[in-house]
Amino acid sequence: MSETDRIEKKVTLRAPRSRVWRAIANADQFGEWFGVKLEAVFAPGITVRGKITYPGYEHLTMEMMVERIEPETYFAYRWHPYAIQPGVDYSAEPTTLVEFRLEEVEGGTLLTIVESGFDQIPAARRAEAFRMNEQGWAVQTRNIEKYVSEH
Amino acid sequence: MSRSTNLSEAKLVRAAPVFAALGDPTRLRLVARLCRDGPLSIARLSESSDVTRQAVTKHLHALSKAGLVCGRRRGRESIWELELQRLKLARASLNQISQQWDAAIGRLKAFVEK
Repeated sequence: MSETDRIEKKVTLRAPRSRVWRAIANADQFGEWFGVKLEAVFAPGITVRGKITYPGYEHLTMEMMVERIEPETYFAYRWHPYAIQPGVDYSAEPTTLVEFRLEEVEGGTLLTIVESGFDQIPAARRAEAFRMNEQGWAVQTRNIEKYVSEH
Repeated sequence: MSRSTNLSEAKLVRAAPVFAALGDPTRLRLVARLCRDGPLSIARLSESSDVTRQAVTKHLHALSKAGLVCGRRRGRESIWELELQRLKLARASLNQISQQWDAAIGRLKAFVEK
C-alpha cells in the first residue's frame, strides 16, 4: 500500500463509548456533526443518501454505501471521495472505504478513522477535485477580504 | 568508510539511470513539455516535432523505466505525465481530505462532549 493510499486519524473523545457510537452509527446524529441530512437509517448493504448541509456545499448530495456494523466497535461505509461536481454520475468509479473504530480508554473513547483506497481513484479525478477545492478556498479568502474591508 | 559516504554512494547509484534517461535531447524535450503542459497523449507529444510517434513512444518508455514519467490508458490512447507531478498532486489532494476530516472530527468532538 502506498503512502498516498490512506488517511488515518486518531482522537480521544471525552465521552462514553455508547455516546460516541450513537453519534456515528445513528444516521440523524451522524448528520448533525458531519453536516448532512440523511434520508434513511444505517444498515449493512444499504445505500443512504442525503443533502449536504455544511455551508458552501449545500448543492451536493452524498451517498454512503454501508459495509459493516459491529455495535459499539466498528462502522464502515464506502463513498466517492471526490464527488464534488453536481450532475456528474460517479457511480461507476471506484470508492474509498471509511472505517470508524471505537475503543474504551481512560477518560473516554479512542476513535480511529481510516479512509483508504485513494490510489484506485483516477488521477484526473483527484486533480480536478483538488483544483475545484482550491478555487473554493480562493473564493472563501476573497469573501473574507471583502467582509473585512467593508466592516 | 563513513556511513554518510555510503548513503550518498547509494543515492548516486540510484540517480545514475535518471540522468542517463535525461541524457538525450529528445527525451529532455519531452520532459520539459510535460513539465510545462501537464499530462499529454502521444499524439499531442509528437505534434510540432520531427520525431515519429513510434520514437516518442520508445523515449517515453525509457523515461518511464527511470521513474520519471508514467502513462495510463484513456480510451484508445495513452496519457503520459511526470511521475513527480502525479505524486505531488496525489499528496496535495490527500492533504485536503485530511484537513476536511480534522474539521469533521472537531465537530464530532464538540457534539459528543457537550
